[in-house]
Amino acid sequence: MSHAAVRINNLGFTYPRQPAPCFSNLSLEVLQGERFGLFGPNGAGKTTLMNCMTGLLQFQQGSIQLLGHEIAHHKKSINKLFGFVPQEFSFYQELSPAENLAFFGAWSGLQKQEIKYKTTELLEVLGLADVQNKKVQEFSGGMKRRVNLAIGVIHNPRILFLDEPTVGVDVHSRHAIVNYLKKLNDGGTTLIYTSHQLSEAEGLCNIVALIDDGKIIAHDTLNQLLIDHKEDGLEGLFINLTGKSFRDS
Amino acid sequence: MFKLRSTILKDIRILTRDRLGLIFMFVMPIVLAVVITAVQNSTFEMLNTNTVPMLLCNKDTGDAGKQLESAITKVGMFDLKQVTPNATDKEISNRMHAKDAVIAIIIPADFTKKIKQKSNETAARALKNFGMQTDSIKTEAGGIQPITLLYHPVLQESFRRSIQGALRSALQVVQNKEVLKSLYFSLNEKPMPDSLEKELMGEQVAIHEIPVSRDGSRNIPNASQHNVPAWTVFAMFFIVISLGGSVVREKLNGSFVRLKTLPTNYLVALVSKQLTYLFVTFVQAAVVFSIGSWLFPSMGLPKLNLPADITGVLIVTLICGWCAVSYAIMIGVFAKTQEQANGIGAVSIVLMAAVGGLLVPSFAMPQSFQFVMKLSPLHWCLEAYYGLFLEGGKLKDVILNILPLLGITFVIQLITLYGLKRKNLI
Repeated sequence: MSHAAVRINNLGFTYPRQPAPCFSNLSLEVLQGERFGLFGPNGAGKTTLMNCMTGLLQFQQGSIQLLGHEIAHHKKSINKLFGFVPQEFSFYQELSPAENLAFFGAWSGLQKQEIKYKTTELLEVLGLADVQNKKVQEFSGGMKRRVNLAIGVIHNPRILFLDEPTVGVDVHSRHAIVNYLKKLNDGGTTLIYTSHQLSEAEGLCNIVALIDDGKIIAHDTLNQLLIDHKEDGLEGLFINLTGKSFRDS
Repeated sequence: MFKLRSTILKDIRILTRDRLGLIFMFVMPIVLAVVITAVQNSTFEMLNTNTVPMLLCNKDTGDAGKQLESAITKVGMFDLKQVTPNATDKEISNRMHAKDAVIAIIIPADFTKKIKQKSNETAARALKNFGMQTDSIKTEAGGIQPITLLYHPVLQESFRRSIQGALRSALQVVQNKEVLKSLYFSLNEKPMPDSLEKELMGEQVAIHEIPVSRDGSRNIPNASQHNVPAWTVFAMFFIVISLGGSVVREKLNGSFVRLKTLPTNYLVALVSKQLTYLFVTFVQAAVVFSIGSWLFPSMGLPKLNLPADITGVLIVTLICGWCAVSYAIMIGVFAKTQEQANGIGAVSIVLMAAVGGLLVPSFAMPQSFQFVMKLSPLHWCLEAYYGLFLEGGKLKDVILNILPLLGITFVIQLITLYGLKRKNLI
């Protein structure tokens, strides 16, 4: 029985009509129960790697296993194992949080009673109980982020992929989201997280990988990386390893 | 089943909260059916019961001019407004521009004289052909100066031709009468008695119109029977604005991304959308047919008579709706933006309606369009409805319209599945 939540072997991926590969021979392992942070400059390949891990992109070379299951062979059945919180608001803005959870809960394979129970719990924990029947389109950015998270975790996934889950939210919403993620992790859910909020990541992640130009340039516990590179924070480590030049110009 | 139920519930919720979409889907077909039926009905009534205002300038002082006036009146189609004989063309056209009338007729000054000359000439030629000689008739060369018909440019050609036909028939009456009188005089050396003239000219063979229906009924189809099914079909296909847009919105707003990571096949979403919107097309048809049947008479419009085979209507509506929904989903799957879906969807429906016989009757289509017409699903929907509503047919009578429609629907479904597969959505 593997202890790896995610095992990536020699991954190769090239976007259609792009001459250069995004990844070639990329390997990475995330163990079960880790709070894994994947960081890198814009265009480094964080979101692409996450999309490969969630099956949104079909890679051309190598393999990705989630909890020992090869994702290329299992397709839909493997999707029960993980939850995904994309960077965009991935729900129906015309519906209320409760209605969104009812729909996505059913699509996640839950039954009516389970959905009811989980909806009540999530709306309460994420501070959305009072607005559960209001249309999401009337919500603030922070509230929408919390709805986005609630949908991603309604089916108690064993792995949770989070692509910038707190972008553009206020301190209170960020605090609520990070606390909830830690609680989930305490319950055994492996977190795989990307963000540009490095101070937030310092508080959340215990394992960090830095990706640049499609390559993993550092991968260890946050403490060990800080010691190895003689830095006192993730931001310094990030600049140290990826340089100071702009990547999105 | 629970997933499908939840998806249908989600689709219904989104649909009922899209007020603009609902207006498009329900108000538009009602407005279209009412307006087009009212317009067509008023044109029909103008030709059959109402009268067209016509200016008459009779410069002729003889009896043929008066007879022509009387013949035009007897046609029953015109509301004659006399213009003084010395009125100029300019004065007449000014009155027409002021919308006093849309047509004007000018009878030339020598109309009686020329008609009589022409009649005498015709009579003499006829007698000569019979081997009879008469010296009482002198033939004189020279044609009749034409009657001038002025018309307002707003008058459509088809309508103008109807008016021309009516005038020709009135003119024919006058000419025939004069020829008969001339023949009678040549043969009897005395004028034709009035009683005989009335007998000869008054008895016109009636035309008995019988609509050829499958159920043997002889109900004359009215404007509602033509328009309500046609515009219901149009409205069903116009669902593309709401449904096509909804598919594109779902693709663009990120919920698609999440759906792709969930352990449920997107085909469930497709089936849900088809069932939800199929129900919508059913309600659309039920609402428009009900209005045609119950509300039209109180609006002064002809009543829509529902066919005897209601099961046939339900099945045809179901298949038309399925085709319309399939088409809308296909547009949504291939369109990259909502604007694209709306634009391509709306224009393609109008084009398919035009070539399908909704705007111009299919029998009037040029030969080159007959093949294209058969590719339009709207054509087969319309033919199936007409088979039931106008011809009084049953489901078995329209089966040959339903089969091509089902064929087109399957092709649309296959194209949609190909599009979803290509985009890695299923």
